[in-house]
Amino acid sequence: MSLLEYENVTLKFGGLTAVDNLSFDVQEGEVFAIVGPNGAGKSTVFNLISRFYDPYAGSIQFDGHDLLRVKASAVAAFGVARTFQNIELFEHATVLQNLLVGRHRHRRTNLISEILFTPSARRQEIENREKIEEIIDFLDLQAFRDKMISGLPYGVRKVVEVARALATEPKLLLLDEPASGLSVEETTDMRWWIDDIRRQMGITVLMVEHDMGLVSGVSDRVLAMADGAKLALGTPAEVQSHPAVIEAYLGKAS
Amino acid sequence: MDNAQLLISGLANGCVYGLIALGFVLIYKATEAVNFAQGDFMMLGAFVTIGLTNTEYMGLPFWLALPISLGIMGALGYLVDRLIIRRLFGESQTAVVILTIALGFVIRFAAGLIWGHEPQTLQNPLAGKDIRFGGLVLGMEDVAVIVVTVLLTWGLYVFFSKTKLGLAMQGASQNQLAAYYMGIPVKRVQGFIWALAGVVAGIAGILFAAKGSVDPTTGLLGIKAFAAAVIGGFGSLPGALAGGLIVGVIEPFASRYIAAGYSQIAPYALLLAVLIFRPHGLFSQVRVKKV
Amino acid sequence: MRIVFKTNYMQDLRPWKDGYQLGLYLILLAVAAAAPWWLDDFYLGELTNVLIWAIAGLGLMILTGHTGQASLGHAAFLAVGCYANVVMIEAGVPFLVAFPVAGLLTGIVGATVAIPALRLHGIYLAIFTLALSVLMDDIIVLAEPITGGVAGKYLGGVEIFGHLVDRWATPSQFFWLVLAVAIIVTLGYINLLRSSLGRSFIAVRDSEVSAQAMGVDIARTKTISFALSCAVTGLAGALMGLFAGAFNNETFSVVISIQLLMMIVIGGLGSIHGAFLGAIVIGFLPQFLSISKEYAAALLGGNAVAIPGLEFGIFGMILIAFILFEPMGLYGRWLKIRTWFELFPFYRKDMFKRQKSYLKTERLR
Ligand SMILES: Nc1ncnc2c1ncn2[C@@H]1O[C@H](COP(=O)(O)OP(=O)(O)OP(=O)(O)O)[C@@H](O)[C@H]1O
Ligand SMILES: [Mg+2]
Repeated sequence: MSLLEYENVTLKFGGLTAVDNLSFDVQEGEVFAIVGPNGAGKSTVFNLISRFYDPYAGSIQFDGHDLLRVKASAVAAFGVARTFQNIELFEHATVLQNLLVGRHRHRRTNLISEILFTPSARRQEIENREKIEEIIDFLDLQAFRDKMISGLPYGVRKVVEVARALATEPKLLLLDEPASGLSVEETTDMRWWIDDIRRQMGITVLMVEHDMGLVSGVSDRVLAMADGAKLALGTPAEVQSHPAVIEAYLGKAS
Repeated sequence: MDNAQLLISGLANGCVYGLIALGFVLIYKATEAVNFAQGDFMMLGAFVTIGLTNTEYMGLPFWLALPISLGIMGALGYLVDRLIIRRLFGESQTAVVILTIALGFVIRFAAGLIWGHEPQTLQNPLAGKDIRFGGLVLGMEDVAVIVVTVLLTWGLYVFFSKTKLGLAMQGASQNQLAAYYMGIPVKRVQGFIWALAGVVAGIAGILFAAKGSVDPTTGLLGIKAFAAAVIGGFGSLPGALAGGLIVGVIEPFASRYIAAGYSQIAPYALLLAVLIFRPHGLFSQVRVKKV
Repeated sequence: MRIVFKTNYMQDLRPWKDGYQLGLYLILLAVAAAAPWWLDDFYLGELTNVLIWAIAGLGLMILTGHTGQASLGHAAFLAVGCYANVVMIEAGVPFLVAFPVAGLLTGIVGATVAIPALRLHGIYLAIFTLALSVLMDDIIVLAEPITGGVAGKYLGGVEIFGHLVDRWATPSQFFWLVLAVAIIVTLGYINLLRSSLGRSFIAVRDSEVSAQAMGVDIARTKTISFALSCAVTGLAGALMGLFAGAFNNETFSVVISIQLLMMIVIGGLGSIHGAFLGAIVIGFLPQFLSISKEYAAALLGGNAVAIPGLEFGIFGMILIAFILFEPMGLYGRWLKIRTWFELFPFYRKDMFKRQKSYLKTERLR
């Protein structure tokens, strides 16, 4: 069953067509990767799902909901979580606080019960904390729990962003270049984590990545884009040997 | 005829607002910060010139004092950037806002210490002269204010939109990192802009002190200039002037035709209306932030 | 160094780290509550004033320190709270009802103001609120039938359960009233910060896009923040009115708005302590200056001269120094000093270092 459906979506920024009549669908339980040269419109595909922009035409369906009819904050409530290419963490808060924001969509208390910190608010906080600790253990973040984000090295921030997304308990996880800027070892870790996220947690993953090793290692299907349009869609091997893809990359290189 | 008289005096006032607003916009374009002390810069420019020219102080000839005081103001703008603003690189806009407000306090205090708290006027060659034009009486100062402002705005506009250096500066403001990679000396550009804003404030101060009197709290006029800058859309130089003129013209007409008590509200009410309905000014299109 | 071993999650949830810290705060509270016995009436009044400013600071802290929305217009909300309270009391509403209702009304006004302000960022919001504060002055004059206009209003003490509570007649009672309000507001604030809503404020402050992606409704969160912030500010305004006794359109001028914002910056943005520390600076700076002026005059011979604007000049310089050298305010400085002692001799200079980045554009390109 397809979890996410992108149908004939077009988005223009002034004269620039960032996404051009793009269609694809992501099946439940798979790891789906998007590749393409810089400026191909990959991040824009994510931003459209997050409802930061309104597409010019087309439709985006998630799990039976029409995403284009809801506001940006409702997307998370359906079970979509994401990371950002240029890390968007809450800088002046601790790792723990960052992850707890991820629990926001499970909030059951209201203003009054929180200000009075009633037993129900307390219970909720403890539940949140238990869930967060599972994620901290999963991603080996124990040492950073009470550290401020502003003092953390880049590699750790990338992991914290993944952790925060997982804290929402999503159905679909969007990862925008999870391995960019990471060392070889960190990239290997990331690769196993993505595998586990899919296998153990049963979360569908849609990711943008430049590292072809990582892409062919973890993904079931790959979409190659250039100038906002689809070039090829298939298994990693198929896409890598597709003439249009080879040309797009070589064309960029020369 | 009466209305024409109101219009002229409104335009002359509006030009002063416009000049202060010009300072805001210059700095905003270059550094994305707002200098809340711009009004106090203007007041300081006025006092520096008074200190150089007026007979009870140094008594230099007006035309000699003029370049000296503009030089002082330019140096001051540069130093403020060099010693203070530059250290806030990468901090939030709010930090700069609060810092420049504090700077305004300090400038007001210093001006009060040096020149006292009595209102003073600049002794200048145009004082008391006027031009008659049909039934209209135009103060020479008013005419000078309008002419100088229009020329200055035009000059700055041409500089920023036509010359290579000006365009490079705009680039530096829009994307500091990219500009840095392209070899534009971002920091030096920023220093230059602050110096320029200081000079513009100096010109505004001289014109203002020639037209009327200044005291250390005159800088609070900056709030009205804000209204002007916002109405004009914070990113555009001609917009700043237009905003200044609008505010300047509204004031005398409002006090003539609207009940007292309501009239002084007019510029602020307009400001709020613009912020609510056209948050990016009357003359700009709205765009979205890139993630 | 004191190391707290954590064995259950409640240890992170409760507001104090361990029994030692709780003990310190309780002692501080007891000493404060006993102030009427160890302070003379003049300084008790000053302390009351500081506490009122601290409550106002807590109000602004919610909005600026924790939600990241700079307001240069909070004096307007002080005014709303003050006049609402007085008008109700004059109409015969008992203080214990009028006071919270004044806060509630100010909160509603705040939420209403938030709606147009939602689209404004950074400096635009600062200018919007500044204009609001300037306008408030004129509005009070125009609304003379309610506010008394330029002549202003006068309010003696209020009655609580038959006791007179008045700044002049019963200064201790008035002090305890203010202290109680400060404690209640602080406790509510602490609770807010350890639950979902408070975290969503911080999320909006630090990154709107990712807050949104986590399911935080930006518009709603900002509106609630405005409402809470203004409600608390309204309470402070009501107390300020009682403290001042007489007030008019100029009591809550733009200068007060600016002072309030500067106060929380000096104290430390984004911390409850910051509001209190900032209030202490604001409250005692004038005293400190006049005392040191007398000393200077005595030393140099001659009379202490009045220097107009001195207070604000010094204040401006302190503020510039803080923003340049200690952007985290007094509270940030205190944290560093404490860490230094706890870790002695292992403190490293870069422990609190923050990454410097290039200008993060807030402009909509
Ligand atoms: N908010 C925006 N306003 C204007 N243009 C934009 C905006 N966002 C993206 N673009 C443009 O749309 C195009 C696609 O951008 P996008 O960020 O999706 O590329 P990408 O494939 O993610 O590239 P990269 O590999 O560099 O991350 C680019 O040309 C970019 O400049
Ligand atoms: Mg991208």
